[in-house]
Amino acid sequence: MTILSNLNPGEHGVIQAIHAEQALHQRLNAMGFRIGKKIELIRRASFNGPLHVRIGATDIILRGVEAQRIQLNAA
Amino acid sequence: MKRIALLGMPNTGKSTLFNRLSGASARVGNWPGITVDLMSAKILIGGHIAELVDLPGLYDLHGFSDDEQVVRHFLSSNPVDLAIIVLNSSQIDRQLSLALQLKNLGLPAILLLNMQDEAKRAGISIDAEAMSRQLGLPVMLISAKYGDGCPQALQVAARQMEEKPNRVSSQTIASLLEADVQIEQDMLDIVKKTVQMPTQLADKTTDNIDKVLLHPWFGLPIFFAAMFLLFQFIFTAGKPLQDGMAWLLALLRSSVLDPLLSALPSWLNGLLLDGIFNGISTVAAFVPIIVLFFLVMSMVEDSGYLSRAAFLMDAFMAKIGLDGRGFVMMLMGFGCNVPALMGTRVMRSRPMRLLTMLVIPLSLCSARLQVFLFLIATLFTAKQAPYIMFALYMASFATIFLTAVLFKNQYKSSEPFILELPPYRFPTPRQIWLRGWQEVKYFLNRATKFIVIGVVLVWALTHFPTDVPPASSGTLAGQIGTLFAPILNPIGIDSQLAIALIFGFVAKEIVIGSLAVIYGLQGDALSQQIAINIDWVQGMSFMLFTLIYTPCLSTIATLKSESKSSRFMWLSIVWSLGLAWLVSFIFYQGARALGM
Repeated sequence: MTILSNLNPGEHGVIQAIHAEQALHQRLNAMGFRIGKKIELIRRASFNGPLHVRIGATDIILRGVEAQRIQLNAA
Repeated sequence: MKRIALLGMPNTGKSTLFNRLSGASARVGNWPGITVDLMSAKILIGGHIAELVDLPGLYDLHGFSDDEQVVRHFLSSNPVDLAIIVLNSSQIDRQLSLALQLKNLGLPAILLLNMQDEAKRAGISIDAEAMSRQLGLPVMLISAKYGDGCPQALQVAARQMEEKPNRVSSQTIASLLEADVQIEQDMLDIVKKTVQMPTQLADKTTDNIDKVLLHPWFGLPIFFAAMFLLFQFIFTAGKPLQDGMAWLLALLRSSVLDPLLSALPSWLNGLLLDGIFNGISTVAAFVPIIVLFFLVMSMVEDSGYLSRAAFLMDAFMAKIGLDGRGFVMMLMGFGCNVPALMGTRVMRSRPMRLLTMLVIPLSLCSARLQVFLFLIATLFTAKQAPYIMFALYMASFATIFLTAVLFKNQYKSSEPFILELPPYRFPTPRQIWLRGWQEVKYFLNRATKFIVIGVVLVWALTHFPTDVPPASSGTLAGQIGTLFAPILNPIGIDSQLAIALIFGFVAKEIVIGSLAVIYGLQGDALSQQIAINIDWVQGMSFMLFTLIYTPCLSTIATLKSESKSSRFMWLSIVWSLGLAWLVSFIFYQGARALGM
């Protein structure tokens, strides 16, 4: 078990829980972050910048703060 | 008249479809959530005229973003005869939820699966008929960009409106918008039965481009090089166009207007020619650059690269209270502040947008550049010149960061930075053209009024009272110059330069011209006279002031119309004037104290 922000580029996991208040939760949901979905970390921006992740056919960037809220099953 | 609402997730080509159906031009962008104001158009459908409304893109009917609220509000208060739902075929596995939410409202609807061309390349095949049976809605596969399937979709839409008149009232919709539960399960079910997706996306082009453009070491240098080349292109290609425009306008004046208006009393002649005509031609001479700027920027925007730039710069921008997108807008501001301010529309959070709009006017725009090039050539040697120019660019960056850091607590934004990275796309020439034209029309509309009023005012200031020479110290402008002397003397700006600064308030393009009027000289003679009248410390102080204080009336007008707040506009004016004075004061007094 791990969180999204701990993944290394190229690693993936399955979303197990999203710890976020309702507004953020819905936003993540609509972007395709749903429990049971496979998520892959593609790359990180330099200087501790945002994360580039892929869920299905959708590429998304988000900051580490938000990525910390997403709990994964190590796949 | 029947009303048709166009609904869909951001970045699904909704606006492209709107443009195609209406022939008008909404903004088409490769940014999530670009449509902010509601666009509508009258279209002919099934032999009747109907009103087509382009609603903002939304992820979730129950979401909390401004756009999502706009859509809810619209559906709960406006009767709709048909909902056209637009989704991205490649992302149907997650986007179908929106169609299900909308279907639950009970409105007559059709579902258009757009970007069929991209989905096909990615190896995604959708059984539209099966999906249609599952959903109980007509489902069509289209490509709004190339027009495939659009006429058929219109026919289906007409039939649907004919056969299924809307029996759901807006009040019912308002109450239905309260909750949904079943949707997730239904979505999985339908996708499983009707969509075949390769486990690995077949189209690797975007991935491969990203490997280079988002490289941890090369990503940023490539980005800066690309931006530099774009500006180079805009100004290299724009300069001859601008010169040509200026030449045409001068020709118009000398061969048509001057002879035509010479019979008028001299004050009226002066007002019409030196006032209004000069004002309009100042704006007009900039139109070619603005057009080029928008054509290039709309190409970059539609390509999907801006989201990548935001990714690359976000870490740094977060430290000064902005985000990755703000950096892109700042860069645009180095060309012209006005389109950069309009570009902040992509930001959803108001505090973040205001903070970005507060720093953009500090970007060293091309009009200021023109003033600096003239004064630097006048006051410095050719060897010193590049360093002075570089110092001014650094000063511009420094004031931007200072302003952002100082104001970031006032404009705290809690908006999470979550952005979709769309695949790279090549916009069609038609898209680029429509978009560019729309922006230019908007700019001209607003800027002309403002500049005409401003220029008439400045003309009056330098020509009244009429018994003293124009622009002399006896005129109103001269008196104002004297009035401001206690403030401007400590920063080394004499009363003649002060008049130029007043002109500069209208537009920086007029500053050099106004110096010519004030000294009654032009060209080399003007340069020599200025070099005699002021030394380099005064000149530098004048340039710093010009760099930081309000760029032009067009920028002020844009600030007001985009922020919809006079208070914010005044804050920007007062802050930039105050900062300009302070920086010039520190520089001028410091240099003098050091004996320079």
